Amino acid sequence: MFNPGSSKDQPILQIQSVSKQFDDSLAVDHVSLDIPKGEIFALLGASGSGKSTLLRMLAGFEKPTSGRIILNGQDITHLPPYERPINMMFQSYALFPHMTVEQNIAYGLKQDKLPKETIGQKVHEMLQLVDMSQFARRKPHQLSGGQRQRVALARSLAKQPKLLLLDEPMGALDKKLRTRMQLELVDIIEKVGVTCLMVTHDQEEAMTMAHRIAIMDAGWIVQVGSPTDIYETPNSRMAAEFIGSINMFEGRITQDEADHVVIESHLLNAPVRIGHGIATALENPDIWVAVRPEKTRVTREKPATDNNWSSGTIDDIAYLGTHSVYYVKLDSGKIIQANMANIERHGDRPTWNDPVYVSWEESSPVVLNS
Amino acid sequence: MRSHRNKRFTFSNSLLIIGLLFLYLPMIIMIIYSFNESRLVTVWAGFSTKWYGELFADTQLLQAIGMSLEIAFWSSCMAVVLGTMAAFVMTRYRRFRGKTAFSSMITAPLVMPDVITGLSLLLLFVAMANTIGWPAERGMLTIWIAHVTFCAAYATVVISSRLREVDRSIEEAAMDLGATPFKTFFQITLPGIAPALAAGWLLSFTLSLDDLVIASFVSGPGATTLPMVVFSSVRLGISPKINALATLIILAVSLAAFITWWFMRRQETRRLQMINIKDYEADQMQLSYEPSADQTNTRRVTSTINVTPPKNCHSSDKHKTAI
Repeated sequence: MFNPGSSKDQPILQIQSVSKQFDDSLAVDHVSLDIPKGEIFALLGASGSGKSTLLRMLAGFEKPTSGRIILNGQDITHLPPYERPINMMFQSYALFPHMTVEQNIAYGLKQDKLPKETIGQKVHEMLQLVDMSQFARRKPHQLSGGQRQRVALARSLAKQPKLLLLDEPMGALDKKLRTRMQLELVDIIEKVGVTCLMVTHDQEEAMTMAHRIAIMDAGWIVQVGSPTDIYETPNSRMAAEFIGSINMFEGRITQDEADHVVIESHLLNAPVRIGHGIATALENPDIWVAVRPEKTRVTREKPATDNNWSSGTIDDIAYLGTHSVYYVKLDSGKIIQANMANIERHGDRPTWNDPVYVSWEESSPVVLNS
Repeated sequence: MRSHRNKRFTFSNSLLIIGLLFLYLPMIIMIIYSFNESRLVTVWAGFSTKWYGELFADTQLLQAIGMSLEIAFWSSCMAVVLGTMAAFVMTRYRRFRGKTAFSSMITAPLVMPDVITGLSLLLLFVAMANTIGWPAERGMLTIWIAHVTFCAAYATVVISSRLREVDRSIEEAAMDLGATPFKTFFQITLPGIAPALAAGWLLSFTLSLDDLVIASFVSGPGATTLPMVVFSSVRLGISPKINALATLIILAVSLAAFITWWFMRRQETRRLQMINIKDYEADQMQLSYEPSADQTNTRRVTSTINVTPPKNCHSSDKHKTAI
């Protein structure tokens, strides 16, 4: 598994049980995270999940109510923003409107009272890094969105921070530019080798850019892991539903063996059989079984096996070009989603109100107990 | 045709003309009479510029103009400083006890009648002179203080409305890059609100120059501002000199307004040019970066549509229908 963040180095950033109380609501609730050097880490959550508050506490704009933030072995919990070796790229980019691109990038270096030649040289390097040399003397309002983002990135990298914070890095760009800038940004960040913590509500963005993702909800971290971990092995219903779409069935474990598990659900015609034991012994046999739509097949023929299928009729179809999403109404009334890749241009596919069977492999379902 | 020819005499046009006459006729008459030969303001006795000559010979009047300008200059400077500080507290500080009270009290002088402001300040100055011996006598200093108090209120309103709009993240970015709050204020916040500072300064300047009532209350024997001179001389019988002075003031004001307009227009056209250049370049970049994935797609679709005659598609057949 590709995971450059999993090196055994001492983590460069340690967030130790940090909480933030606003008037009467707890925005961040005892969050602990360790981030190793060189990792791109994403905090993913809906608005109001506390991810931005956590980011602002790292930048120093908010003081934690309790807990400690340790960067590179130094406790920075109570340092003001201007004394932290952390730089941030703001969602709105926050370029200084009255300064040119050059002056914007030089601003942080000037605060360190570096000699003029050093500043000039560094600014030049940064401009080349983000490929903006020909726009050095422009003012921010004379740049396009993507160019502004590059300047903002150059400005936040100029001081060679120990930690780079990105606040909704693609929030101000249109969709087409986004995909290109995501990869470009990752390229630059990896070239520089800076540790990076980003905040986003866009799961695609987090999965494209980050080595590891933390899903946040109501001030809590629900799950931390690589994009694959989080998508394929969600640890809770919240995590499973947050990333992508998923079909969830309530059920009860009837057989719990070392090499397989059988689950009965009143929503399905046949029991669910999972081809491996589940790691933790469950005290409560009432659980949820989850299957991703792209691992769910829709067929006209009845599957040959005694389990992992159910019958129903096609309720709706959404044709998305690369694939179609079939909404199948099971006999129990539950509607589930199944994706089918459109690999043929004119295939013979089931259509509205056709009686069909949905089925999946033994390895596909995930058992969730919370 | 008829309606077209009569366009000049439509209702809105006549209203416009009446409105303009209402505003400017008095001034035009005054300008005309400033060139009157006669000593009597209301009797026309031929063209002459002699009152302009007399105006510049009147040292008392010239002194009053100088004093008014000086007071106006220093009051507006001080008002902008105080106004910026007050506006900063009103917009940047977190909620503190009495913040609303502070905000409304700071703008109270806007609605306070001049007579009350003037009288209360006079009482204060007298009481202060009696107890601590300062200010020893009323004059320029007391007028300056009085003007600062009410001009600061106006400046605060202008500056705080701008300060509220300034993107806070720009200040945060400066601090994030290592600037202390003090440096951030001077290097980032102030340039951002500079237009509002200028507007607040000009407004204060005008208000101070214009004030008669408050200045009359708090001035002493040695200090007479221009409105005071004009007002008292009018009471003694209008001298055509005043017409000449008013004409010069109107000239100066219109000149200033024209220059401002001209600069703003020039800036606007420059900005528009810049935007055009930017858009052009952005388009160029877009073209070179993305080899028009869209276009190829569209082309393919159109060609296929041309080849296959449109079928009668039933909605449920949507996915089977060959295109």
